Amino acid sequence: MLEVKNLHARIEEKEILKGLNIKVNKGEVHAIMGPNGTGKSTFASILAGKDGYEITEGEMLFEGQEISEMDPSERAHLGMFLAFQYPVEIPGVSTTNFMKAAINEKRKAHGQAPIEAKAFLEMMKEKSKIVELNKEFLTRSINEGFSGGEKKRNEIFQMAMLEPKLCVLDETDSGLDIDALRIVANGVNSLRNSENAFLVITHYQRLLDYIVPDFVHIMYDGKIVKTGDKSLALELEKKGYDWVKSELAQG
Amino acid sequence: MENQSEDILLVKTSETEYKYGFTTDVEQEYAEIGLSEDIVRFISAKKNEPEWMLEWRLKAYQQWLKMAEPDWAKLGFPKIDFQSIIYYAATKKKPKLNSLDEVDPEIRKTWDKLGISAMEQNKLGNVAMDFVMDSESVFTSFKEELNKKGIIFCSISEAIQEHGDLVKQYIGSVVPPRDNFYSALNSAVFSDGSFVYIPKGVRCPMELSTYFRINAENTGQFERTLIIADDDSYVSYLEGCTAPQRDENQLHAAVVELVAHDRAEIKYSTVQNWYPGDENGKGGVYNFVTKRGICQGYKSKISWTQVETGSAITWKYPSCILKGDYSIGEFYSVAVTNNYQQADTGTKMVHIGKNTRSRIVSKGISAGKSQNAYRGLVQIQPNADNSYNFSQCDSMLMGGECGAHTFPYIEIKNQTGKVEHEASTSKIGEDQLFYCNQRGIGAEEAVHLIVNGFCKEVFKELPMEFAVEAQKLLEITLENSVG
Repeated sequence: MLEVKNLHARIEEKEILKGLNIKVNKGEVHAIMGPNGTGKSTFASILAGKDGYEITEGEMLFEGQEISEMDPSERAHLGMFLAFQYPVEIPGVSTTNFMKAAINEKRKAHGQAPIEAKAFLEMMKEKSKIVELNKEFLTRSINEGFSGGEKKRNEIFQMAMLEPKLCVLDETDSGLDIDALRIVANGVNSLRNSENAFLVITHYQRLLDYIVPDFVHIMYDGKIVKTGDKSLALELEKKGYDWVKSELAQG
Repeated sequence: MENQSEDILLVKTSETEYKYGFTTDVEQEYAEIGLSEDIVRFISAKKNEPEWMLEWRLKAYQQWLKMAEPDWAKLGFPKIDFQSIIYYAATKKKPKLNSLDEVDPEIRKTWDKLGISAMEQNKLGNVAMDFVMDSESVFTSFKEELNKKGIIFCSISEAIQEHGDLVKQYIGSVVPPRDNFYSALNSAVFSDGSFVYIPKGVRCPMELSTYFRINAENTGQFERTLIIADDDSYVSYLEGCTAPQRDENQLHAAVVELVAHDRAEIKYSTVQNWYPGDENGKGGVYNFVTKRGICQGYKSKISWTQVETGSAITWKYPSCILKGDYSIGEFYSVAVTNNYQQADTGTKMVHIGKNTRSRIVSKGISAGKSQNAYRGLVQIQPNADNSYNFSQCDSMLMGGECGAHTFPYIEIKNQTGKVEHEASTSKIGEDQLFYCNQRGIGAEEAVHLIVNGFCKEVFKELPMEFAVEAQKLLEITLENSVG
């Protein structure tokens, strides 16, 4: 589904990604772990198409298509979703209206008519259950005055609504208490199927107790330096990142 | 990928054409160019006005001669030559119209282009409309139905003829001719406009609406609106305006006066879409308007809602004089400027009575090279015990070449008064745009969403049909304008 080959990218003059490789097949869950400042979130932003980064080398293929020249919205229409680390507030725009616009824009891109009001409302009702969001949330301005947990649950709710193929979770666990973490993780797990894939970016092994990955990658200094199964995350938790650094130093 | 959306958004400041820029081809008669006592007499004679009205106009003209144009607003434009304007233009006299079918087909076509189709009016059934083109009211619908309730809704010219006592009693009582340069000018040469009287205890069953249209070339439009709500009555009034696309500037100097008696409520909504000029700032309407309402009675209420997207220059401060105890004044405004448009708009809330309350919500959006200023006065006079004002002024900037300014004036002369003021300035954030884009919402649509969200508090004050119209106008005005 996603194949990234030798990706180099920089912001202004600073090189952040230095030859990143990753391949994600449908039905898989991949975790990317690594210390602060190694480029994990940058990678998520570049995948989604955020402004301000320059790709200097490499390829990003989504279902065989090169996406690096595409608009963020085009990538979204192809089925890419990014759950933001810091979801953005849009005063005066309710989650309901926001989702309606998003779904209809996607349908438009695929040559479909706008969704019918009744079907949309039913979908909202059904999907909001996944992350235990109550109705009153959906009419409030998106993310405005939401707690950290509410924002993240809202991200997963949107993910459920848009039914993407590739879901990128950028430190979705940061700032969550244990209950919110469980709700978010349950939401994600309920969306897993054989046709979609997840890329979970996190600092902590904790999240991976709930969302069990098929692969764990360790990212350091702009590239993936180690790949293993879920036991790698446990090892990392035990030994800390210094272990990776010293292994790398030994070459 | 680098700075992609920035590029898309910055490319064209506005290539969107003004869709109301056509002219209507009807036979018209004009007054001679320029302004003199003779012209004032000519207009009055054309309207077959009683002597008192002519005298009132002449007095206003004399006052105007002694006045100077105000220069305190944050507006820049070349001096207007008041002798190069035609002060009266009207379609050649037609017999009085009794039904929509009798309206000149050319004017009917105009309505269709403006989207005021008679069919639709009939279908909606809850809007009575007065249509004013240049100096003349063309048609007022639903008159009879309103008459049954004792409601008077007609052109001001007709009111001067048929309801002279009411007009004489109230005209100039809220905005005296000498109030300012443009109100004096309007008082001397006003040609038409709407008149509304709601009798005691009557709740007007439908929205009353006037559509103003400048058509003729080199013509100024000077309409005058007077709305009186007697004790315990209610009325909601809507006003819309457009003008043809012309290279020269056109002058529009209207006066609106509202009077609310005991427990009466007047809701006045405007969607102003005069031609704003082209993307280089050429042409466009100069909109110098004096709008004021007096809450004369106990527990009366006046609420102004305006959506201002048009005009090259807007100079307008719909105000409330809160004279009656427990009276309430409200002002909800969205002012959008793009290209070289300039707006200096806001409100005045003058608290005179005890326990009076006012609320101001102003949303300014500037794009292109435009300048957008909020100017508002909150005055609590010595006897206005326990009065309260809340003001909220938010500005949104699009791109780096426009300006937003806030000039709040607060004068409190009573210790028990309470005034709250909140203000904010924001830019449409890259982060907001990216968030929308990532969800599949493209740049243009994202801007609409964000801007509509920003204006929501004001839009929800508008009657339903108008709110939809206002949203569309905003989208058209701001197309391709974000950076």
